[in-house]
Amino acid sequence: MEFAFSEDQELLRSTVRDFLAGEAPVKIIRELWETDSGRSRQLWSSLAEVGLPGLLVPEDRGGLAMDEIDLVLLLEESGRAALAEPLISTAAVAAPMIRDLGGALADAWLEKIAGGDAIVAVGHPVNRFTSDAHVADLLLLEANGEIHAVDPSAATLIHQPANDPARRIFSIEWKPSAASCVASGAEARRELDAAIDRGALACAAQAIGVGQRLVEMAVAYATERHQFGVPIGSFQAIKHALANVQVAIEYAQPVVYRAAHSVATHGRCRSVDVSMAKRAACSAAEQAARTALQVHGAIGYTWEQDLHVWMRRAWSLAGAWGNGAWHSARVASALFEGTAPTETFGYSAPTV
Amino acid sequence: MDLTYTSEQQAFRQQARSWLESNVPAEPLASFDTADGFEQHRKWEQKLNAGGWAMVPWPVEYGGRGSDLIEWLIFEEEYYRSGAPGRVNQNGIFLLGPTIMEYGTDEQKARYLPKMASSEEVWAQGWSEPNAGSDMAAIQATAVRDGDHYILNGQKTWASRGAYADWLFGMFRTDPDTERHRGITFVLVPLDTPGVTVRPIEQLDGEAGFAEVFLDDARVPVSNRLGEENKGWNVAMSTAGFERGLMLRSPARFQNTARKLVALYRDTVANGEVEPLLRDAVVRSWMDAEAYTLNTYQTVTRLLQGGKIGSEASINKIFWSELDVHMHETALALLGARGELLPEAPGATGVGDWLDGYLFSLSGPIYAGTNEIQRNVIAERILNLPRK
Repeated sequence: MEFAFSEDQELLRSTVRDFLAGEAPVKIIRELWETDSGRSRQLWSSLAEVGLPGLLVPEDRGGLAMDEIDLVLLLEESGRAALAEPLISTAAVAAPMIRDLGGALADAWLEKIAGGDAIVAVGHPVNRFTSDAHVADLLLLEANGEIHAVDPSAATLIHQPANDPARRIFSIEWKPSAASCVASGAEARRELDAAIDRGALACAAQAIGVGQRLVEMAVAYATERHQFGVPIGSFQAIKHALANVQVAIEYAQPVVYRAAHSVATHGRCRSVDVSMAKRAACSAAEQAARTALQVHGAIGYTWEQDLHVWMRRAWSLAGAWGNGAWHSARVASALFEGTAPTETFGYSAPTV
Repeated sequence: MDLTYTSEQQAFRQQARSWLESNVPAEPLASFDTADGFEQHRKWEQKLNAGGWAMVPWPVEYGGRGSDLIEWLIFEEEYYRSGAPGRVNQNGIFLLGPTIMEYGTDEQKARYLPKMASSEEVWAQGWSEPNAGSDMAAIQATAVRDGDHYILNGQKTWASRGAYADWLFGMFRTDPDTERHRGITFVLVPLDTPGVTVRPIEQLDGEAGFAEVFLDDARVPVSNRLGEENKGWNVAMSTAGFERGLMLRSPARFQNTARKLVALYRDTVANGEVEPLLRDAVVRSWMDAEAYTLNTYQTVTRLLQGGKIGSEASINKIFWSELDVHMHETALALLGARGELLPEAPGATGVGDWLDGYLFSLSGPIYAGTNEIQRNVIAERILNLPRK
């Protein structure tokens, strides 16, 4: 029993934090809002140089062969940076799905993903719209319980402008065929279930980073902004509101890390663990957004102030890969139908 | 990261479970805030100690088992699961004990810890005074040096377990020219010292859970001082860290309540009388109890790697105290009309503990430093917001 990250994992995290601070400052994030695609192929290539898209890809396919415990800290950092590039769909969901399915699909795509040469969008029934389909080189789409690998040129994308200007989501019109089917039956079910857990875990990790950044911005503002002759951060009304957010984030974090462990080790309580993480992390991030806005007052309510970059990310992450109610319902049915563990870490009985 | 128990840890769990199964009293003991119940609990502690289970993380020579903190968490999980009695000497074993381990001399460790483990000496805490509650550094009780003794004067209040305990620990002002956090000394006081008067106070539940303690020229040896003279504030903060942060409220306590709440919800559904809106409150309780557990395992890992408990203890204190209130509120709501019944009511069979638990949970956001004080600590020491 050792609930901590290794020195190497922490080192990689701080490397990625520095990298993102240099390559994707908020100025760049906001400039990308104004572009057609909202994405930067150049930024994606840089991310590939650090190894991010191929983190879960096996070494013989050019990846880093790491697992979700490594990935979760890096996703946290991408949330801190409000990075909009499709790490969740490509690195966290599609790469392990393709790796698991193997065969010609893996031969065709894993190396490209690891090299930063392919972006993959995933159309999953839990998400009504598919993110980043417009920049994808491959679409992995669900139909009738099957998974299909679809060339983007064979699909029609209908853009659905969303509240977060960095978010690009689409309805997709396409026709499944026997040739496009890459998984069906139990295999497809298993991968689609795993995809929810991988996607929700990734959202939860990003939400932690988003929440932390929002608190930092609010603290900085409350320290510099004076009213009644003192910094507003000296008022208990402000202190207590921000302390409450800090409590929520501190208690969401280990839940997210445990979920990462469960996904990486195929724990038998994986889905429940992920649902707890998604709800805790996203609700902490939403609380952070709401509180940071209130602390900023009117200036926070402007388009110009950067605060809403992270506020909108908190909201969009909360809705993606199952919202809070969806995940609570999943925990509830496990809890009340008796499949949830009665002890932490899925411990049931001594195996001595 | 490794979130599995080693085979040694599993064997330890099995050992604790077997011992508890054969030794936990079949009938619940009377409340330890009554004279009879207090002695019943002291007897239970003696049995626990004889089995070597009173305080597993302590060294063997002080009555412990030399376990690490992971084993302590495992023991706590088994302890609550077994339905064993509450710990009457919790002020001693969970708060003062670890503080003596940190600040005590070898003589003090040998003198106090074994009798604490056996509950031959049960401890009360003497934090608050009538004019020093949240503002703890405003204490006025004094300790004046007279040769090898301190002469204590003043008044402590809300002293938990004060009514029946044998000893009290507390802070006294040793340097009258100082203010606030300086010039304070941490002193251990036998409650049978001449000049000490204990007046029990009935709590919200009607029992004498705490007391006022009057000190009128009470003489205690200088060897009863813990830490250096005039440096008692640091000693007290260490005690408070254990109280808020780790030992006093182990996760097992809340996991156990959460499990009972899930069972209560299932029973209520089975009887066809559940309010659908309460479902999410039950789920949230269970998830929060898990979160508390996970956070604690993370903290314990950090401590085992050489870290210390700092201001983040305040984050824990807010979380567990509010979780406890929320769980009990939810239970009373599930009980509906039965929620207001006292345990002796014929209609309260099997569910009478929830009301008691609710009343007790309401003290959580107040004791060990109010949650408002904890929020100030988080804001100023963790977030670095300005004090003024």
